[in-house]
Amino acid sequence: MRDVAIIGSGVTKFGELWEKSLADLVAEAGISAIMDAGIDGTDIDAMYIGGMSAGRFVGQEHLGALAAEVSGLSELHIPSTRVEAACASGGLALHSGYLAVASGMYDTVIVGGAEKMTDVAGKEATNILASAADREWEAFFGATFPGLYALLARYHMHKYGTTPEQLAAVAVKNHHNGSMNPKAQYRREITIEDVLNSTMVADPLHLLDCSPITDGAASAVITSVEKAKEYTDDIIKIKASAQASDSISLAGRSRFDALPATIEAAKRAYKQAGIEPSDIDFAEVHDCFTIAEIMAIEDLGFFKKGEGGKAAEEGLTALDGEIPINTSGGLKSKGHPVGATGIAQIHELLLQLRGKADKRQIEKAEIGLAHNVGGSGGTAVIHILEAI
Amino acid sequence: MGIARYWREIPQRYNLIGTKCGSCGRVYFPPKAICPVCRRKSIGKMEEYKLKGTGTVETYTIIYTPPPHFEGEEPYAIALIKMDEGCYLMGEIVDCDFEDIHIGMKVEACFRRIEEDGTRGAIQYGYKFKKAE
Amino acid sequence: MEKVGIVGYGAYVPRYRIKAEEIARVWGKNGKSISAGLGVYEKSVPSMDEDTATISVEAARRAIKFSGVDPTEIGAVYVGSESHPYAVKPTATIVGEAIGATPDMTAADYEFACKAGTAAIQTCMGLVKSDMIKYGMAIGADVSQAAPGDALEYAASAGGAAYIIGKDNIIAEINETVSYTTDTPDFWRREGEPYPGHGERFTGEPAYFKQVLSATKKLMDKMGTKPSDYDYVVFHQPNGKFPMRAAKRLGFSKEQVEEGLLCPIIGNTYSGSTMIGLSAVLDVAKPGDRILATSYGSGAGSDSFDITVTDKIEGYPRNNIRKMIENKVYVDYALYMKYRGEFK
Repeated sequence: MRDVAIIGSGVTKFGELWEKSLADLVAEAGISAIMDAGIDGTDIDAMYIGGMSAGRFVGQEHLGALAAEVSGLSELHIPSTRVEAACASGGLALHSGYLAVASGMYDTVIVGGAEKMTDVAGKEATNILASAADREWEAFFGATFPGLYALLARYHMHKYGTTPEQLAAVAVKNHHNGSMNPKAQYRREITIEDVLNSTMVADPLHLLDCSPITDGAASAVITSVEKAKEYTDDIIKIKASAQASDSISLAGRSRFDALPATIEAAKRAYKQAGIEPSDIDFAEVHDCFTIAEIMAIEDLGFFKKGEGGKAAEEGLTALDGEIPINTSGGLKSKGHPVGATGIAQIHELLLQLRGKADKRQIEKAEIGLAHNVGGSGGTAVIHILEAI
Repeated sequence: MGIARYWREIPQRYNLIGTKCGSCGRVYFPPKAICPVCRRKSIGKMEEYKLKGTGTVETYTIIYTPPPHFEGEEPYAIALIKMDEGCYLMGEIVDCDFEDIHIGMKVEACFRRIEEDGTRGAIQYGYKFKKAE
Repeated sequence: MEKVGIVGYGAYVPRYRIKAEEIARVWGKNGKSISAGLGVYEKSVPSMDEDTATISVEAARRAIKFSGVDPTEIGAVYVGSESHPYAVKPTATIVGEAIGATPDMTAADYEFACKAGTAAIQTCMGLVKSDMIKYGMAIGADVSQAAPGDALEYAASAGGAAYIIGKDNIIAEINETVSYTTDTPDFWRREGEPYPGHGERFTGEPAYFKQVLSATKKLMDKMGTKPSDYDYVVFHQPNGKFPMRAAKRLGFSKEQVEEGLLCPIIGNTYSGSTMIGLSAVLDVAKPGDRILATSYGSGAGSDSFDITVTDKIEGYPRNNIRKMIENKVYVDYALYMKYRGEFK
């Protein structure tokens, strides 16, 4: 296995992009990553694109071929593969590309993720998202996606005394960070009261505890560290690329205060990178709901189990905190085009590691972690990046 | 949901038919083809097992934004229930004031309408839960 | 002749209630005088996810649980209702499956306005007596319809009861049953119509009273009994007044009727009415008690039953239906309409 580097990335604006189609988004993100990497399309050996449900959102399957075509790569006939792990599809696309480059099979690979979610009505989008959960045994009986996280939130609150205010603190912090991200869907500051007074979606989760429905795409170019030197001096190495699975249903698990897949993937990632959680300077974590961020910062080992809520409330995860979390604004404020999210997280790590995060640039950004979750924890993908 | 898909799961939806591992005795719902604990030892030994239908609320939520097939029924309570046999399952809690629902509440299965395919399609029935009598 | 009778029974009434006064408020009527006139004070309302099939299953499961009958020994399931969830597709197969009686059984849905459930009891008696089956399950259940604003709306409610008929371990022997049937169009619902129509005052004398009194008299004639021979009497209860008046005209006392008269507190459960009323009586009856029960179905007919409670009743888990009825939650008219699915 050889070391792999990321040499460029790009994201589209995230939001309700009424004028843009899925193909437009894929092309825009891909082109910006290629421009950022300073490579030519002919340098690309393969493509992996993550998408959760283009089939149901826009009636389009066969995303691999579509992405190759709109990126101008179809005449090169490169292998192009769509990967899917619900909301972790983007992270999984990078993991797949990483494996291909690390193995020596391909040299330079473009990875991406895209989701066009607003071509269906909001209710239908919610229904499609619920297919990330166990359709037969959970969604059928009335469980929604926010509902599954609400079950976990209630459990966490019961077991550790986590409060609605602590959940809200995550949203407030992420909106603050997102207000400085020009690509973010929601660039407005919110208060704890705003969150607590927003509509209840699935008790105890309010509307502002939830990430929105978003259109967007993201892309990154990876190659071997050796080859990366041909393109740039600014090398970002993938120190770890780890994936773990768990039961798709919550009922299939034995603990509800954590996402065991995150704990497992983190264990593998830290081992691969040869580092401890305390070595991580900052992280983009999968805050599809505020409770998800609280569990993530515990499961990733940044805080003790049960203390994630307190950490959020005390500002330990703020831009100037002990470990800045979701400097991009996270899924909450930046938006959550499900298939794109995993790669958009990588884009933020790149910006921070390169010192190009503008107003939200954190002081010490040498090692960053990206944590991408599929469904309610059926899949977890973790990447650790380091500027070398 | 298609008719055959609903029909196939009638034993589970109506009567909570799961499986019991003939090797370790663990009970699973929905049925499993293999026991994740005993693995190879359990192959060919997974037996049909009817859950009693009683359990305890492990955690719960009140859904205010429903999926299309529950539209008009909101708000409603969904709980993760630890069945007395040890496995978990998810279901709605009916006939219970939301203030009364709590973690640790004893519940029992009842038979309700889950969804219908419009006014012309099939009606799908299955388990929900209510406070134990 | 071998004895045949009730081996098990179970009843079910949904948890929600609406007061007659609340309905009257919406239609600008005087609730108190309507309640007094009809003898109906509140009625049961099914939840959004309840229908005749779910109520039937709940009642049937109780009957099986309380009696300890092995469901695979039930050879017939008949569900009587005028609000079957499907126009075509039996409720009885849903019930049969949900109680674990399938596949070695026969099943069918019955409809005879409010007496389809007692017709099912008679069918089961015949099958059991002739040894075609060991046990038969007869159910009467409804989530009855009434057009908003119609006089029926004050009483049309939801509930059901299930009876297991057999020869072994009988808790109440059915000594005799007779029927009285004529073509009397007092109440109907045309195919595809959401609400029934009725003949207003015509539903009384030539319809309800004619059939109920005739069937009951016919039974007593056949058995050589008089009203005082019975400890309890149950009549179909379209309102709180008709059964009282029928009792009085036949020579029964108020006390004989009261135990089985639930209409004032749950309304008219249609196919469930006589059968739930009978279950309330069985809930308190002592060995040796004699019960007369007469159903009524518009269209029109009555089935009358002469029943003697046996010693086995003492081991049967009882005091169920009135306890269940006490566990109630009131809804207002808007919620009632929502639960009934009236908002399209």
